Amino acid sequence: MEPLNVKNITLSFGGLNALSRVSMAIEPGLITSIIGPNGAGKTSLLNCISGFYHPTKGEIFYGEKNLTHSSPHQVTKMGIARAFQNLELFGGLSVLDNLLLARHTNLKYSFLHAALYFGKASRLEAENRAYVENVIDFMELEPYRKSIVGNLSYGIQKRVEVARALTLDPELLLLDEPMAGMNIEEKEDIVRFTMDIKQDRETTIILVEHDLGVVMDISDQIYVLDFGRVIGSGTPEEVASNPKVIEAYIGED
Amino acid sequence: MDNDIKKHLTGLSIPQLLRWRVQNTGDKVALREKDFGCWNSYTWSQYYDHVRKVGLGLSKIEVKKNDIIALIGDNIPEMLFMALGAQSIGAISAGIYQTTMPDEIAQLLAYMKVAVVFCNDQEQVDKIVEIREQVPFVKKVIYEDPRGMRDYKTDDWFMYIEDLYEIGENIHLEKPDLFESFVDQGKPEDTCHLCLTSGTTGLPKGTMLTHKNYISMGLQITEVDTLEDTDEYVSFLPFAWIGEQMNSFGIAMATGITINFPESVETAMEDLKEIGPHFMFGAPRIYETIRSQIWLKIDESYWLNRMLYNYFIKIGEKSATYRMTGKKMPAGLRFKSWLGYQIIFRPLINQIGLLRLRRAYTGGAALGPELFTFYQAIGVNLKQIYGQTEIVGIAYMHRDGDVRPDTVGKPLPDTRCKISKEGEILSKSPCVTPGYFEMPEKTKELLEGGWLHSGDAGYIDEHGHLIVIDRLSDVMHNNRDEMFSPMFLENKLKFSPYIKEAVIFGNKRDYVASLINIDPIVVGKWAEDRGISYTTYMDLSAKPEVAELIYDQVKEINERVEKEHFKIKRFALLYKLLDMDDDELTKTGKIRRKFVREKYQNLYDALYDESIKEKEVEAMFQYQDGQSTAVKTKISFYTMEGV
Repeated sequence: MEPLNVKNITLSFGGLNALSRVSMAIEPGLITSIIGPNGAGKTSLLNCISGFYHPTKGEIFYGEKNLTHSSPHQVTKMGIARAFQNLELFGGLSVLDNLLLARHTNLKYSFLHAALYFGKASRLEAENRAYVENVIDFMELEPYRKSIVGNLSYGIQKRVEVARALTLDPELLLLDEPMAGMNIEEKEDIVRFTMDIKQDRETTIILVEHDLGVVMDISDQIYVLDFGRVIGSGTPEEVASNPKVIEAYIGED
Repeated sequence: MDNDIKKHLTGLSIPQLLRWRVQNTGDKVALREKDFGCWNSYTWSQYYDHVRKVGLGLSKIEVKKNDIIALIGDNIPEMLFMALGAQSIGAISAGIYQTTMPDEIAQLLAYMKVAVVFCNDQEQVDKIVEIREQVPFVKKVIYEDPRGMRDYKTDDWFMYIEDLYEIGENIHLEKPDLFESFVDQGKPEDTCHLCLTSGTTGLPKGTMLTHKNYISMGLQITEVDTLEDTDEYVSFLPFAWIGEQMNSFGIAMATGITINFPESVETAMEDLKEIGPHFMFGAPRIYETIRSQIWLKIDESYWLNRMLYNYFIKIGEKSATYRMTGKKMPAGLRFKSWLGYQIIFRPLINQIGLLRLRRAYTGGAALGPELFTFYQAIGVNLKQIYGQTEIVGIAYMHRDGDVRPDTVGKPLPDTRCKISKEGEILSKSPCVTPGYFEMPEKTKELLEGGWLHSGDAGYIDEHGHLIVIDRLSDVMHNNRDEMFSPMFLENKLKFSPYIKEAVIFGNKRDYVASLINIDPIVVGKWAEDRGISYTTYMDLSAKPEVAELIYDQVKEINERVEKEHFKIKRFALLYKLLDMDDDELTKTGKIRRKFVREKYQNLYDALYDESIKEKEVEAMFQYQDGQSTAVKTKISFYTMEGV
């Protein structure tokens, strides 16, 4: 695990600055939450980290590695995985197939091996399956292993989405609103999973979430964004008492 | 099995019997567990190795003879390793339902002065942590799944099972004969397990069961229905229930069958399909659920399948009556029923994993006669058993070719039956418990005159079959002093696919009335098909169309009842499903009648006030985190015409 340093990045679309001079130091092994009103730039920031966007100015370092201009698959190879806000799953495939497919970057056997399904090919596939089963067990998805993703409830699909990110065995996990649209019980489950991912799987987590109760409960560190700027940061207590943050959330009186 | 072997086995303790299995068929698979998507197996030798590790490990943490080890959790092989490990050093195992709330666990632990608690995962460990102050006598909490236990690692009150194994193994390496000498000390008359009776009233009682009780029960059953040691069994009933223990301690040990553990509670039915068990045992609920699934599947199937099913189910039912009574079938019917089995029922039961099933047993509560006919019609040999925890679950059962749906069959070979003057069923057999744990008064009542008092009213019919009417204390009388059994009527209602649960009232009243729970899945589908939109269960229950549907069902039942005073006069559809978490049902799914009546007192009163057609009620919902909300709803009452 290594620290992620976001250094002074600006992301502009034409004349609009989605992010302006944002700096963050994400410490390894902790849960860092990014909060802010709609359109504050939270998802844009995740997009920059995961390589979907490239910042106009500034740099992003994961440990020693500069990922400012890396593409998504290069970022994945560095050990950074992302669970999307809007599910990015194959609705017509089973949960198992979705998860196996996510590990395709680990399959490095040749065409010939694949055609004969012999030696390296079958061994790697078996290893992959074992890893995926471990994630299924971790995310408690056993009852849905063979279910078609499109037929599952939204709450379960979200869990599959997190599981898909986990199959990449990430060091740093980006969770984009994993609890949106869930009921209390489903939220409690995801909170438990998030805590377990952090501690049992020793993973750094960046969490973007609207549910402030959850964020305050489980975060080690919080950054608050508003109109593309960081307006506050610190521990949950510090952030909760920051007048700028209160203003952004509750408005002026 | 020849008689010499049988005699030898009844003289053994359960751990000794396990050792005997190892000596005879050590390499055969004894247990199988699905984990990470694979079925992993343990042979009898490996089983014994684990039991040894646990036994010696427990002796090291100062568990002594007659100490009690409580087991809480889902069914996993480790549950058996812990139980038999404890038993092998003379300690006593005790199962606690995994749905038990912390306060109740505290009471149970205090009642049994439990020395060690075994939990399968964090969920259960957290409950023990919550009540830690109240249970200072608990020496250790052992857990199987280390997930989420990081906060407890530094506290030596908790112990990971692998660490226990290691301690045990080290002792074994030091003193290789120690464990055998422990096992040798076991006597068949020793109490080996405390089985908590479900307790429809008050705190459960711990029934002491001996090695001999369990082994005799396993042997007796094989005299009626033979089991091969190649047979498969799927363990999905709660371990704390006698129904599961009689299989894992009794039948499996006595016959050498393989026990399969599902991956999780939710996947049990899928795993059942993969294993294809040769025999299964379950409460009526399971069979009701499977039947609902079959109906739903047929309903969603092609028209051709539906047509064939509807035609052949009638043939099947007709031939079932012959098969159940052992009468000879006419050739034409036999051919048609064979054809129906080949083209529709065989593939159907294969799909739910029951094709290899030779026998299915149901017990714990009564099952509607219609359900027997249904299963027999599709080619599943479903039979009723009857017994109590105090007699290791099974004492009476149907014989093949003599399945009478309204009876519970004949006594097992070594069991004697008598009906007392009050009409109570009394039994005597080597399986009868020596009594309740530290409750001499209750024990005296239970075993008065050397017979086991069941508390059930019943009689023996002209074929020698036992017929159970109801709990002696549950039989009701209307205000004209005519007797009726609420459970009997409830089962009639529950036979309707649209009715999930029903509570019958009418004690000392003019007529019988009922609160009904509709089946959310079947009725939900029914409503969807008719374009009736609904949101919640509460909303669906309140639909007038649904009420009409249930009205017709009740009407039909009223037409078929044996006696005039059994007829249901008024009913209402309850806005929530009766639930164990709300204390409305017992852990085994029986209705807590008194509690339900008191909880819904205002509905009860309205049922007996014929002028009330509609009533506004406030429904309280309690969430898992202890919060509750009140929702206002209207509930309608319906009066049956002509009753």
